[in-house]
Amino acid sequence: MTAETRPPGGRSASFLTALRGGTGTVTVLLVLIFVVIATQNPSFFEGPPLMAFAKKAAPLVILAIGQYLVIVSGEFDLSVGSLVGAQVVIAARLIDGEEALTFPVIGLMLLFGLVVGLVNGLVTTLLKVPSIITTLGTMLILFGAVRYWTGGAPTGALSENFRVFGRHGLDGVPVIGQLPWALVIAVVVTVGAILLMRSPFGRSLVAAGDNDTAAAFSGVRVWRVRTLAFVGSALMATVAAILIGGFAGVTAQVGQGLEFTAITAVVLGGVVLGGGRGTVVAAVLGALTVEALFTLFNQLYLPSTIQPTAQGLIIIAAVAYASRRGDLRLPERLRRRPDRPDERQLDSSRR
Amino acid sequence: MRAPRVLLAGVAGLTLLLSACTTDAPEGTDGAEGSADGGNGAELTPDDQWFDQEEFETQLAQRDIEPEGPEDEPWMQAIDPDWVDTTEFAIDDPEDAHLCFSNASVSNPWRVTGFITMEQQVEALVDEGRIGSFDSSDAADDDNQQISDIQAFVDSGDCDAIIISPSTTATLTPAVETACASGVPVIVFDRGVESDCMVTFIHPIGGYAYGADAADFLVENLDPGSTVLALRILPGVDVLEHRWAAAQQIFADSELEVLGFEFTEGDGAQIKDLVSQHLQRGEVDGIWMDAGDGAVAGLEAFEDAGQPYPVIAGEDELSFMRKWESEELTAIAPVYSNFQWRTPVIAAGMILAGEEVPAEWILPQTPIRDDELDDYLDRNSDMPSLHYAKFGGEDLPGFPEAWVDR
Repeated sequence: MTAETRPPGGRSASFLTALRGGTGTVTVLLVLIFVVIATQNPSFFEGPPLMAFAKKAAPLVILAIGQYLVIVSGEFDLSVGSLVGAQVVIAARLIDGEEALTFPVIGLMLLFGLVVGLVNGLVTTLLKVPSIITTLGTMLILFGAVRYWTGGAPTGALSENFRVFGRHGLDGVPVIGQLPWALVIAVVVTVGAILLMRSPFGRSLVAAGDNDTAAAFSGVRVWRVRTLAFVGSALMATVAAILIGGFAGVTAQVGQGLEFTAITAVVLGGVVLGGGRGTVVAAVLGALTVEALFTLFNQLYLPSTIQPTAQGLIIIAAVAYASRRGDLRLPERLRRRPDRPDERQLDSSRR
Repeated sequence: MRAPRVLLAGVAGLTLLLSACTTDAPEGTDGAEGSADGGNGAELTPDDQWFDQEEFETQLAQRDIEPEGPEDEPWMQAIDPDWVDTTEFAIDDPEDAHLCFSNASVSNPWRVTGFITMEQQVEALVDEGRIGSFDSSDAADDDNQQISDIQAFVDSGDCDAIIISPSTTATLTPAVETACASGVPVIVFDRGVESDCMVTFIHPIGGYAYGADAADFLVENLDPGSTVLALRILPGVDVLEHRWAAAQQIFADSELEVLGFEFTEGDGAQIKDLVSQHLQRGEVDGIWMDAGDGAVAGLEAFEDAGQPYPVIAGEDELSFMRKWESEELTAIAPVYSNFQWRTPVIAAGMILAGEEVPAEWILPQTPIRDDELDDYLDRNSDMPSLHYAKFGGEDLPGFPEAWVDR
């Protein structure tokens, strides 16, 4: 979806294509999983269990949106898992059960997220370190720094106010019982991200991911949009940290492995690694699908040891199916012709 | 064709990511899983690989044996000791002796707590002139790293005694034997190795006793027909597998209904989610855990679902014990004695002075029950929530700051 090469009037048409295509497979998969869950446990779709699912899934949805921003711009962010862990540990240590400190510390966490995102972004774009290396480095730095700071065992405690966002909700809502704040936050973030991706910034981001040279020639400041994508990802990780810490409190393992789960969710949604293709909605659906898979495995009493294998097979099958269906390809008229020598040259100079 | 190429790369990348994730889960426990239709928990026969009837009975019996040694210093007590002579290792100037410690890792709060206790014990021994100096290496749970750490200690020739906390049993055996062959006394503690070349092997009673303490408590405190959910950290680790094998053995002889077991990696979010899902499908009356990490998250799932608290077996980790007190739970804290981290350095001092030590130094391992709860919470009132109540360092220099400011 290179905005600059799009013929006039193609805007609404390509939007329709994306809706029909990219999100198709993941939607089918999600519905399929929900149907199987429903046969196993019909009460799952009565309000409270569904809301419990939403509460659990909200952090991953938010992380996936952050990861989407980075992946669609052609980069990776491996640091989000460590960042979530670091943020929860920092919050517990600084708040230490003191209600009055809740909001100042949340402010500080957002600031810390901003700094981590800026460092990731600037090191990648200005120092030209591949993002997979930059964020791998950040991941290790944060992991080690938290270990060093806490000696391997987090101290302190989160305040009740802090935990409200991840754990509680609006009580007494008809049918569903309780409307979790986590769900409200996830919906707000999703809508915000959809609007963002429709703005000029969003289009520049996709353009930079599709072909940064072409984007640069057409006036996009690639380093700036990519840096902002990393900042967005780090801020989303911070919000996810607030929800995860709220959901289950502090443990030494919090956040471990979340970066891979987030990337899996985004890819499952049909967002292409390497950038330039895929929608926010697809990433959100991908995140819901991953969480629904965990729930399904649990409902089926699938042995925990085999679960990662089953998860892997399903994801590969889904992505392969999507590619055969053509979900992940550009619409015919937008596909570049590979035999044009000038375009080949542009492509090879990527990053 | 550009799109398929991108796709191929994507799928290949994904495969890499997935294989990176899956290698974390050790294999070899399929026998204990039960079949898919029967559910995880229907199988209550322990896997032969992890169950040794004789050792199981020995450990259960050891719980009732009065240990030898000073009553208020459990880290100096030994169950049924077989004392060995160590005069061949005695040196003239123990006050200058250099101890070397190869640590498997400090990758969980239990090991962090223990390692702090060990360092403070070293300080005390140096002050007393029992030893001179102490040096440690950390293998970060990597067998190869630990093998080379031990080799480095042997090659340096500076060590007057080598203490090893092995990361795994079979793989580290040759490395421990190399250390023994160098002529200096070797002390192994916590997990064992398949060799008896060391002067002493120090450990608490063991995993079977731990799992049995927890399971017995549930059997005693729940009505017949009650449901029990088991939460386990991960498969394939012997100390954890033994705990579960003992519990399977005891639950099989009881009238409790075991709903199943779940692997949680000790992650609070996963525990809370899994327990919530079980609560959606029916009542859970009891929780058995193979380690207490995240017990509080599991209890919160009951709070959020508006259900009464279960009877629960956690661990002597303080976050759980504080919750136990504030909510007046029916609970027990099985203990995998953290104070064992003191014993190896003390033993090294004894060996270098030519004093007798037990060949297998079995430390007591007593769970904390309701009547002792307040006492242990009092003693540890300043400690962080991921600290272990039976760390046994109250009389050491640096108490309590060393454990509080970790």
